Amino acid sequence: MCGIVGLFLKNQSIEDRLGAMFTPMLIEMTDRGPDSAGIAIYHDAAPERFAKITAFHPDPDFDWEPVCDAIRTEFNATVEDRRNDSHMVILSDADPRAAARLIEDSDPRTQIMSVGSTIEIYKEMGLPGEVARQFKLERMTGSHAVGHTRMATESAVTTAGSHPFSTGLDLCLVHNGSLSNHNSLRERLHDHEGMVFATENDTEVAAAYIASRLDKGRTLHDALEDCLSDLDGFYTFVAGTKDGFAVLRDPIACKPAILAETEDYVAFGSEYRALVSLPGIEKAKVWEPEPAVVYSWGGRA
Amino acid sequence: MTAVAPGPANITVMDLARDDLSQVNQDLQKADPRGGPFRVLNPRGAHALACGLTSGIDVEIEGHTGYYCAGMNQAARVTVSGNAGVGVAENMMSGEVWVKGDASQSAGATAHGGLLVVEGNTAARCGISLKGADIVVKGDVGHMSMFLAQAGRLVVLGDAGDSLGDSIYEARIYVRGKVASLGADCIEKEMREEHRTELRDLLERAGCDGVGLDGFRRYGSARQLYHFKAENLDSY
Repeated sequence: MCGIVGLFLKNQSIEDRLGAMFTPMLIEMTDRGPDSAGIAIYHDAAPERFAKITAFHPDPDFDWEPVCDAIRTEFNATVEDRRNDSHMVILSDADPRAAARLIEDSDPRTQIMSVGSTIEIYKEMGLPGEVARQFKLERMTGSHAVGHTRMATESAVTTAGSHPFSTGLDLCLVHNGSLSNHNSLRERLHDHEGMVFATENDTEVAAAYIASRLDKGRTLHDALEDCLSDLDGFYTFVAGTKDGFAVLRDPIACKPAILAETEDYVAFGSEYRALVSLPGIEKAKVWEPEPAVVYSWGGRA
Repeated sequence: MTAVAPGPANITVMDLARDDLSQVNQDLQKADPRGGPFRVLNPRGAHALACGLTSGIDVEIEGHTGYYCAGMNQAARVTVSGNAGVGVAENMMSGEVWVKGDASQSAGATAHGGLLVVEGNTAARCGISLKGADIVVKGDVGHMSMFLAQAGRLVVLGDAGDSLGDSIYEARIYVRGKVASLGADCIEKEMREEHRTELRDLLERAGCDGVGLDGFRRYGSARQLYHFKAENLDSY
């Protein structure tokens, strides 16, 4: 089991309410996934030539200042930082991938959560309600958000093993299910495309696969269609990019999924009850996504 | 009884925005069939709502329900004015469950008796392992519907997804629209007068006024899969 929620706002005038709308959706999925929770939120676009790196360190008193200084010195870069509990958002005009490597090498317990112009990923172990409170999710603004509540089955309960996974700029993926060919696909992506993996997790492989397709110029919509031929196993995916949002279920469709759409938003939930707190849900178009059909909004999709 | 605020014509109103789900279910399970109908407000996708009812009461649910709504139903008439989640009316024994919207996967799974009507579409595996109930779907049904169905009838006014009736036993299927593909051991069969009579009766019970029998095709078991054959002895 696992719970997935997603919210994509079509109406910019309600972006200040994204966190308030999204938090109850995540918490409602607690009994589908009480082990850990994670959120990808798209907001506060970095200025041109700048990128945001969200990094995690398990020690709440970890001193990030030397890390920021190292980026300034190494890349002759401007750096701003914004701490949110165990996570740090580092905004700089350094090359984002190189800066991310430097951050990761600064301390063995530091992990990169996401890199991009608008994405920030926060994940922690514990009940979704506690995780939401810890990061003050309710107060966050933004254009879209994707969340996951995890009941671990095939790898350890750790912060790194929590969803969402991000392997490309501004890309995030959450997954309910299990893939059966992730080992061979991981090997292929590693050997032929030089992709680096941080965990043994199957979803990280799917995220890397989608990132690789996007790098080849495919749209998010097309990249998810490619999944149908290259991924084997059970999956309901929700993926986000800088300005896009997409959903795919495997052809057997064992894992649950509900979509709702109004003039103001598109919402995804593993179950309908995750959506009941949304304004206007009674009149929303509510449907179950078809197996093996990609649904996408925004972006280049 | 949690139920308060009786509505007009001795309707008992229960509100899940306020009342406890287990208490509502217990009250419905103990309800006197000689009393008035029940209306349940704000189901909000709750699981296992109106499950295990055993008397001929009327329950109207106003909104979308979660998993296993009206499961194990006996005698009661349950209406969902909204969509129903996974496994609506699963293992129903008798009575009637009527969904005004769509139903998710495994609608009517293993149901022994009674009638399930879905006004919209159902997702995959509608009527899986059906054991004698009747299901009428006015829209489409998803893939693997009637998988392993043993007895009972499914009527589909729209289309059916892939592998309809896979490994079916003695259940019967009537589809008016397109069938994406038939599952193993499921074949189209001749529509004889007894089948036309049975179909007419099912359509009438499901309130399909003005729906003629034209275009309906019948599907059922080729009976090649579940009979033991002496020449296959070596395989065992």
